Amino acid sequence: MLFLQVLLRVLPSSDLWNATLQFGALLLLPALGGLISERSGIVNIAMEGMMLTGAYAGVMSALATQSVFGGLVGAMVAGGLMALVHAFVSINFKANQIVSGIAINLAALGLTNFLLFVQTGGQGVPSLKDSLRLPNVSLGPISHIPFIGPVFFQQNIIFYIAILILIGIQFMLFRTNIGLRIRAVGEHPQAADTAGVNVYLVRYSCVIASGILSGLAGAFLSLGIAGIFNSNMTDGVGFIALAAMIFGRYTPWSTGVACLIFGLGEALSIRLQDSHISPDLLSTIPYILTLIALVGLIGRTTPPAADGVPYYPGSE
Amino acid sequence: MQESTMAALVAEDELPYAVEMRNIYKAWPGVVANDHVNLRVLKGEIHALVGENGAGKTTLMNILYGLLRSDSGEIYINGQLAHLSGPRDAIKARIGMVHQHFMLIPPLTIAENIVLGHEPGHIASIYDVKKARAAILELSRQYGLPIDPDERVEKISVGLQQRVEILKMLYRAADILIMDEPTGVLTPQETDELFVVLRGLVKQGKTVIFITHKLREVLALSDTITVLRRGKNAGELVTSETDQAAIARLMVGREVLLRVAKTPAHPGPTVLHVEDLHAQSDRGLEILRGVSFDVHAGEILGIAGVEGNGQSELLEALTGMRKSTKGQVSITQVKEGLQGSTRDITTMNAREERRAGLAHIPEDRRGSGLVLTAPLYDNAILGRQRWPQFSWRSLVLRLRNIASWAKKLIADFDVRTPSADVPASSLSGGNQQKIIVAREIASDPLVLIAAQPTRGVDIGAIEFIHRRIIEQRDAGKAVLLVSAELDEIRSLSDRIAVMYEGRIVDIVTPDATEEQLGILMTGGTIRS
Repeated sequence: MLFLQVLLRVLPSSDLWNATLQFGALLLLPALGGLISERSGIVNIAMEGMMLTGAYAGVMSALATQSVFGGLVGAMVAGGLMALVHAFVSINFKANQIVSGIAINLAALGLTNFLLFVQTGGQGVPSLKDSLRLPNVSLGPISHIPFIGPVFFQQNIIFYIAILILIGIQFMLFRTNIGLRIRAVGEHPQAADTAGVNVYLVRYSCVIASGILSGLAGAFLSLGIAGIFNSNMTDGVGFIALAAMIFGRYTPWSTGVACLIFGLGEALSIRLQDSHISPDLLSTIPYILTLIALVGLIGRTTPPAADGVPYYPGSE
Repeated sequence: MQESTMAALVAEDELPYAVEMRNIYKAWPGVVANDHVNLRVLKGEIHALVGENGAGKTTLMNILYGLLRSDSGEIYINGQLAHLSGPRDAIKARIGMVHQHFMLIPPLTIAENIVLGHEPGHIASIYDVKKARAAILELSRQYGLPIDPDERVEKISVGLQQRVEILKMLYRAADILIMDEPTGVLTPQETDELFVVLRGLVKQGKTVIFITHKLREVLALSDTITVLRRGKNAGELVTSETDQAAIARLMVGREVLLRVAKTPAHPGPTVLHVEDLHAQSDRGLEILRGVSFDVHAGEILGIAGVEGNGQSELLEALTGMRKSTKGQVSITQVKEGLQGSTRDITTMNAREERRAGLAHIPEDRRGSGLVLTAPLYDNAILGRQRWPQFSWRSLVLRLRNIASWAKKLIADFDVRTPSADVPASSLSGGNQQKIIVAREIASDPLVLIAAQPTRGVDIGAIEFIHRRIIEQRDAGKAVLLVSAELDEIRSLSDRIAVMYEGRIVDIVTPDATEEQLGILMTGGTIRS
């Protein structure tokens, strides 16, 4: 009964929906990254690791350069570099892309823990001062509209950027020459190659883009939401993003919707903590939602035809 | 004759060849695919590149298209030394290639497939649907290849897909057009249309290189011929001065019987009876819509048809690998020319059907005919492992019996292999097929179902397999032959059933002309 009472109190609050959108955007960036990589035919489950690396590099470069912008760049470069490893291993060495992804996730965890210990002498980084954090932006008068204002227009700057990136990727994939090439490479790399498309270039670009987006999400987490870097602070967000991408059937719009649903799960698990239900149990909500969504709502989705298949030039 | 003298004159004037490949050498571990091969193609001619499977034709063309790089050798395009390190270089050198397995992306539209990689406008710009459509319609009009640019490739016929591939080359302004086995998937009528198109392209100044192993097509279409055998040049010919037998001799390296020697059939009573058979495809569509036919003892019934009209599903339904939704299949024993007991095999699974007297050479040799990674002796008893001579109470294999059985099959069927212990994957396609044929025939069946028995098999082995199938017929077996090769159907069958959209539309005698069969295969009728 108490649970229901708390739920009914929480549901209409703008805090819940503000948090839903915030988590949604945090999921959206790596989900779109994974989407672009898989559309080009490279399975990418390493968003978790690339995000964590980005979160760490973001904090460290923000401190080093004493600028948020420096932090953002550092995060995206770090994510991109992790992705470069995945691209190299998957594209040139034609290794198993799942194994490469797992390796990157594990390596990122170990690497960030190690560097955190070495660089801070075991102290951990302090909380960032406000000038080094990604700011929340209130969009003028519309941010004062009751309910709608606080939910939609008092978000972190990265939220608005994520929405623009969502629109941009949808447009790029389905309306531009580059998008046509990406889809062609993901469906049938032999055909794309013989038609004159540079398969390796397309795949490298897409995998690196997935790293940059994940790195940006990492910065959103450490420089924006948390204002600090903690060990393993991504805590599975990259994996939920992976599920959101599959739930979204590898299309940007639906992935956005999926991120909202999972974002609601995250927000609920935090807001329901007054209900005397074990916080550990509550924190499983997003993951249970993930399972229900994957099994019950969509069943089988069809990835791009050549997803995960290494390309050997000259083969048929 | 006149053309050849012209060719000679041109050569004497030292006008450069459109394509000249010199001393091309390409090896993979253990195999030399191209052993110092030369190829010379004059501008504005149709050049046939012929040879058996594995002779190195496709490898040579993949090198010319930049998909593979030769270990040594040079390529000259219009007299200029060319460095082709990828298809993009080949496209720049105005070379186009249509692969045997089309390089099309099914979910994309025809227009997207054609312009891919060379889209109108800048690479980073918006995909200009209108400009792409206009450019394609212009090409389509100029070369007389009508097409709907907005249709998705997954929805169009194989013949149209080939047209898309040709337009793809023309869109890239290719002057040298390579066609790898272009007729394998076409009906006789579509093949004729393709030949008209190719001749038209040559009139407009294009050069065509045409890979094939069908000798009739070589004679019908080409001006000059290069024959490859086991990765080496076996001869250069002028088409007007040669004939099928001469080309075949160069391809195989010895005299070959092109026509199967066969005595008239003496059909006995009905053995395999199929009545009103219905079945669904994997996608749940009704793919067999009432198939009925009889196969008699001592005859070969051939099933002709364009691929995808239900032949594969019919085979699966007959061999216990697909459930039929309606209809009946039965096998009748024949003893000394008289009918014995009849068994309904409609609902039997593959094992029960084998026991009822059905043997099956499957159409997918590598997928369902063999376990490629297993040694030959295992493959030699595949499906017969419960025979008492091969296992004790179906539990423990009798390895010694199996080994001697495998050796006997290998000897009887002239399978070229170092031993019975090597994996099936190490054999050539022809020898893999011989193992399957040997195994199926050796079980002394009542009915032999042979599906694509010589697909991807070289001429020498084809001759051998055909002889064995006819031997089975003469021994009084009922033989059902399903093949995409019309020549094979016509030369082996005693009666030909034509399949179209899940039905047998007609059963004709083997002296029906290719045109008549072609009409039936596309849904027409020939009876007045």
